[in-house]
Amino acid sequence: MSTLSADPQRLATPPTFQAVSAARRFKNGLATALVWGAFLVAIIPLVWVLYTVVQRGFPVVLHADWWQKSLSGLLSRQQGGGAYHAIYGTVVQGLVCGVISVPIGIMVAIYLVEYGGRSKLSRATTFMVDILTGVPSIVAALFVYTVWITYFGLGRSALAVSLALVLLMVPVVVRTTEEMLKIVPDELREASYALGIPKWKTIVKIVIPTALSGILTGIMLALARVMGETAPVLVLAAYAPYINFNLFQGPMASLPLLMVNERNNPTQAGFERIWGAAITLVLIITLFNLLATVISRALAPKTK
Amino acid sequence: MNDPVVAKRPAGSGYTGAERGVAAAPTATEAPIPPTPEAPETETRVHVRPGDRIFRGMATGSGVFIVAIIGAIGLFLILQAIPSLGLDNVNFLTSREWTTTDPSNLRFGILDLLLVTVVVALLALLIAMPISMGIALFLTQYAPRHLSRPFAYVVDLLAAVPSIVFGLWGLFVLGPVLYPFSSWLIDNLGWIPIFAKGNVNVQLGGTVFTAGIVVAVMILPIITAVSREVFERTPTMHIEGAIALGATKWEVVRTTVLPFGKAGYISASMLGLGRALGETIAVAVILSTASSSFGFSLFDGGSTFASKIALAAPEFNDPRSAGAYIAAGLVLFVLTFVVNAMARSIVAGHKEYE
Repeated sequence: MSTLSADPQRLATPPTFQAVSAARRFKNGLATALVWGAFLVAIIPLVWVLYTVVQRGFPVVLHADWWQKSLSGLLSRQQGGGAYHAIYGTVVQGLVCGVISVPIGIMVAIYLVEYGGRSKLSRATTFMVDILTGVPSIVAALFVYTVWITYFGLGRSALAVSLALVLLMVPVVVRTTEEMLKIVPDELREASYALGIPKWKTIVKIVIPTALSGILTGIMLALARVMGETAPVLVLAAYAPYINFNLFQGPMASLPLLMVNERNNPTQAGFERIWGAAITLVLIITLFNLLATVISRALAPKTK
Repeated sequence: MNDPVVAKRPAGSGYTGAERGVAAAPTATEAPIPPTPEAPETETRVHVRPGDRIFRGMATGSGVFIVAIIGAIGLFLILQAIPSLGLDNVNFLTSREWTTTDPSNLRFGILDLLLVTVVVALLALLIAMPISMGIALFLTQYAPRHLSRPFAYVVDLLAAVPSIVFGLWGLFVLGPVLYPFSSWLIDNLGWIPIFAKGNVNVQLGGTVFTAGIVVAVMILPIITAVSREVFERTPTMHIEGAIALGATKWEVVRTTVLPFGKAGYISASMLGLGRALGETIAVAVILSTASSSFGFSLFDGGSTFASKIALAAPEFNDPRSAGAYIAAGLVLFVLTFVVNAMARSIVAGHKEYE
């Protein structure tokens, strides 16, 4: 600070702490800038994708027909019609998948946390859940194809799609449920045992309800994820431009399938269908994500 | 079913719960606290309630089911692939041909698919690795505390966008935007093999380059989430020690967070690689199919395992042709299995991440 030798404030001894050198300060600044930059770089595609979807799709979904009608009887270049058939397919296939996966996923998590301990089977299960998380959706679809269509000789149907989605959803449910069960305090379990309550009843009546909000949140997030999956519907269900309520038979549309189908349609109608379906799918997923937040708020265990 | 009655007994009524087991058990004086979940069930509990037995059976059965499913996936894919592999008229591993339209003359090899898959995945990983490390550091060390959670949520939102939407965005929006850059690279750096003019029309954007960028965006959230979790666990003592020695923020990160989280970060990247290898529909939508084989240029087209299967799947009619695709799916399954298993084994060796 002071350079004048006459400065009365001049220190008698040099300061104990030296200023950070310019090179170190530069490196620090550079690192900070890069790290902030990395975050901003990740935001760009997110905003860009969402902007594209909203800008192109929003005008389409404003029509009431979009939510109430199918594309039955319309030529590929004819505008109008709706995506009701595809919305129905997406939601129903997702829900059926949820109905099958949730019990399996929760039971696996219960096994891992409450019964498995460090046994060989438990370790194998943990490992396999990890592997299942990483199984590409197309492989899950091919597996269901070989079993369902080649071996059992059953046709392509919405149920087959749901079964393939189960493979993708179960590991997600297991992981979130497991995390939630682990943080249930052991004191609660022990208090229950001390009253002579059997272990299974302790789990069903004490452990699960305590962890319920987290489990349901995880289920909603998992549902949102599987509804956006495209590969299984491509392999296991044929597209139909009309409404098909039958899960067990016949082609059934879904939003991703609708988009894949209209991808090569160069007309304005094709453009509207693609982006209309895209924003509808994003909206459905957002809805399930919001539901997850609401559930976790509403059912969170009272801590006080 | 008489448990509630038991629960209502007054404390100090002398009931220890042991009578409900076998009264003659020598350990009857002990309180009937079942072993903690970690400890293996011991033989001291002779009597097991039927409800417990059923519930335990169901839970264990579900665990076995998961293990069995993975086995079944491998088994069924192998069973379906073998007959077609036998009918294959070219070498499955080294041929670049893929003709399955005539089931009586199957000619299919995976070399081209393998190369495109690996190049797309590696390009994606190359882009995503530094960025997600940056994001993970940002979220754990740099971002203001109260904003860290919302910011993390924003990054996770990327994972919520369906891959088909990413694919369409890549093809219709990103591809055209990248075109001037791609053609500049081809014109000026075309003498480097990876920037050579490829086998598809660059103007349409259906290149490995576009696909790699889109897949990179899609694997960002997973790599970020796993690395973030590891970086968060850096012992506070290490960080405070570095600060006390006068380290700048960056030096703190470089000397404590990065060495601690290195294994976790590598594992996270491998998980991302697994995702990238198996990414199906975005790649299928973006990549233009090429008539000639892959030439290691970023501006080539082609097919990955997943995109090849996905695009052909609606026409699976003859089991022999389908078997060819199932064989390709099997290779993809093995590939992702190995990558994921390696990723897990890296973390498994580190107790401090628990």
